[in-house]
Amino acid sequence: MNNNPAEASIGRASGSREDMVSTEAAFRRLKPERGVSGDFIFKGVTVLFAFSILVIIAIMVVEMVDQSLPTIRKFGWSFVKGQEWDPVQGSFGALPYIWGSVVSSILALLLATPLSVGTAIFVTEIAPKKFGAVVAALVELLASIPSVIYGLWGVLVMAPWLQQTVQPYLIDHFGFLPFFEGAPYGVSMLAAVFILMIMVVPIITSIAKEVLLAVPQSQREAAIALGATRWEMIRMAVLPYGRSGILGAVILGLGRAIGETMAVTMVIGNTPQISLSLLSPAYTMPSVIANEFAEASSKLHGAALMEIGLILLGVTLVINVLARLLLWGMTRRARGGAR
Amino acid sequence: MRMPSLRSLKSALMTFFMAAATVAVLLPLVIIFAHIVKMGFSSLSPDFFIHIPKPTGESGGGMANGMAGSCILIVLASGLGIPVGVFGAMYLVEYGGSRISNVIRFAADVLSGVPSIITGMVAYTLMVVPMKSFSALAGAVALALIMIPIVLRTTEEQLKMVPDTLREASLALGVPLWRTSLRVTLRSATKGVMTGILLAIARISGETAPLLFTALGNQFWSKKLTEPIAAMPLQIFNFAISPYEDWHRLAWAGALVLVTLMFALSLTARYLGRNKYQS
Repeated sequence: MNNNPAEASIGRASGSREDMVSTEAAFRRLKPERGVSGDFIFKGVTVLFAFSILVIIAIMVVEMVDQSLPTIRKFGWSFVKGQEWDPVQGSFGALPYIWGSVVSSILALLLATPLSVGTAIFVTEIAPKKFGAVVAALVELLASIPSVIYGLWGVLVMAPWLQQTVQPYLIDHFGFLPFFEGAPYGVSMLAAVFILMIMVVPIITSIAKEVLLAVPQSQREAAIALGATRWEMIRMAVLPYGRSGILGAVILGLGRAIGETMAVTMVIGNTPQISLSLLSPAYTMPSVIANEFAEASSKLHGAALMEIGLILLGVTLVINVLARLLLWGMTRRARGGAR
Repeated sequence: MRMPSLRSLKSALMTFFMAAATVAVLLPLVIIFAHIVKMGFSSLSPDFFIHIPKPTGESGGGMANGMAGSCILIVLASGLGIPVGVFGAMYLVEYGGSRISNVIRFAADVLSGVPSIITGMVAYTLMVVPMKSFSALAGAVALALIMIPIVLRTTEEQLKMVPDTLREASLALGVPLWRTSLRVTLRSATKGVMTGILLAIARISGETAPLLFTALGNQFWSKKLTEPIAAMPLQIFNFAISPYEDWHRLAWAGALVLVTLMFALSLTARYLGRNKYQS
C-alpha cells in the first residue's frame, strides 16, 4: 500500500489523531544520531559521482596528450601539415584526414542548416499544433537510429545509386568543374556529405525547435499587431530573437558531424588524399582511428592515431563549449523574458 | 476583389518553402526506414536468433552471440553508469551551490558532445592496455562513459521538478536528508528518471565506434568477461562492409532488430516521460 512514501508522510502529518501518534513514533524512530553519519556518507558518495564528470574530462585530456607525446615530440607541427601517412616507414602526416573531416562536415552543414531551420520553423510557427507535434516526434525518433545503420544503408543502397545515377549525371553536365571530375566510384566525399547531412538534420531540427518554442509569444503578437504577414513575423520577430540559439544548434550539429565515425567510414572510401573533386574517395579523422587503431603496427603508429584523436577531442570540446554557451544564454534570456 | 499584395505572396511562398524543407527532411528518413523494414523482414528467420554467424561462404547463421553480447555489455555499462549519473544528479539537486552545479552541468553537456570514438580510445588506454586484452569489461567502461552525462542531466531535470513542499515535509518530520533524498525525492521522480535511463540505454545499444577497440567483437560465444565479446552493432558493421550477399542479409536483419528495440525504448521512455508535476 505504502507505495509512495511522499504521499504517505504527508497523509500522516495532516491526518487524524492515530496518525499523529504514529508520526511521533516515526519521528523518534528516524531521529537517531546515525542519521548524521548517513548524511555524511550520502554527501560523500554524491560529491564523488558528481565530480566524476570533471574527472572524466580531465582523464580524457591527460591520457590522450600522454599517449600522443611520441608523435608530438617527433613531428611537432609538421604532423598537422604533412600529407604522408606510412606506418611501415614510420612517417605520419594528418592533413588528408583533417581536410576530409573539415570538408565533409562543413558541406553537410551547409546543406543541412536551411533544411533543419526550415523544418523547425514549419513545426513551431506554421503547422497546426498537433501535426507539428507528430512531425517533431517523428524527427526525434529517427534521430535515435544508430549511425551504423545509416552506414549500412549508405554503403549498400545510397552509394550504388550515386554511382549509377547521380555521379554520371554530374560528370556529364558539370564535369568541366574541378569539383566533379574523375570517375564515379560511388563511395566518395559526396556520399559522406549526403549521409552526414541526413544524420545531423534531426539533431539541428530538434534543438532549433526548442529554441523557437522559447521565443516569447508576445514577440509574435507584437509583430502581428503591427500588421506583419506570417513570414515578416518570422523574419523580424522570431528569428532575430532565436538567432544565437539557432547558431548554437548548428554548431552542435557541426560537432556531431566532425565526430561521426561509423557511417562516414562506411561510405567515404577511406583513401587519404586531398582532392577538390567531390566524386573521389577521401578519409576522415575518426575513420582512420576506427580502421587502424585496433591493429596499430607500431608504438609510433598508435601514438599518431592518438594524436589525431587528441586533435578531434580538442576541436569537439571547443565546438561544444561554444554551442552550449550560445544555447544557455538563449534559454536564460527567454526565461528572464517570461517573468 | 483585391489582388493579393506582394507581401502576402512572399509570405505564402516562404510558407511553401518551409513545408518543402520539412518534406525534404522526412523523405530520406522514411526511405531509409522503409528499406530497413523491407530488407530486414525478408532476411529474418528463427535461425537469426539462435545461431552464431557461419564461416564465410556458408549460408544461414545468425547473430545470437551478438545479441547476448550486446545485452551483457548494456547490463554492465548500466551497472557502472546509472548509479554515477543518478547520485551525481542528487548532489546537484541537494547540495550543489549554483556555481559548482552549473560547472558540472556544463561539463556534462560538453562531455555528451565528445565523439564516441574518443571514449573508446580512452577506455582502451584505461582498460585494454593494463589488462593486455580486449574485453567485455573494457567495452562496458566505454559505454558507461557515454551513459553518465545523459543519465545525470535527465535525472537532475526530473528531480528538480519534484515540489519542494514534499521534501520540506519529510525534513520537517526529522527524516535525515539522505533518506528524504532517496525515499521521497527520488521515488517521486521514479518515472522521469526511468525515462532518462531508457533513453541512455537506447543510445548505447546502437553505439559501434567505442566498441571497436574495447569489446573488439567475437565470431563465437565468449566465456569470460575478460575476453573479447560480440556485439550486434559491431556485427552489423563487419557484415555490411563484407562482400558477401549472405552477410549483407544478416546485417539488414540485425538492423531491423536494433531499430525495433530502439523505437520500443524511445516510445516507452516517451510514455513514462509524461511528468505528473507538469501542468
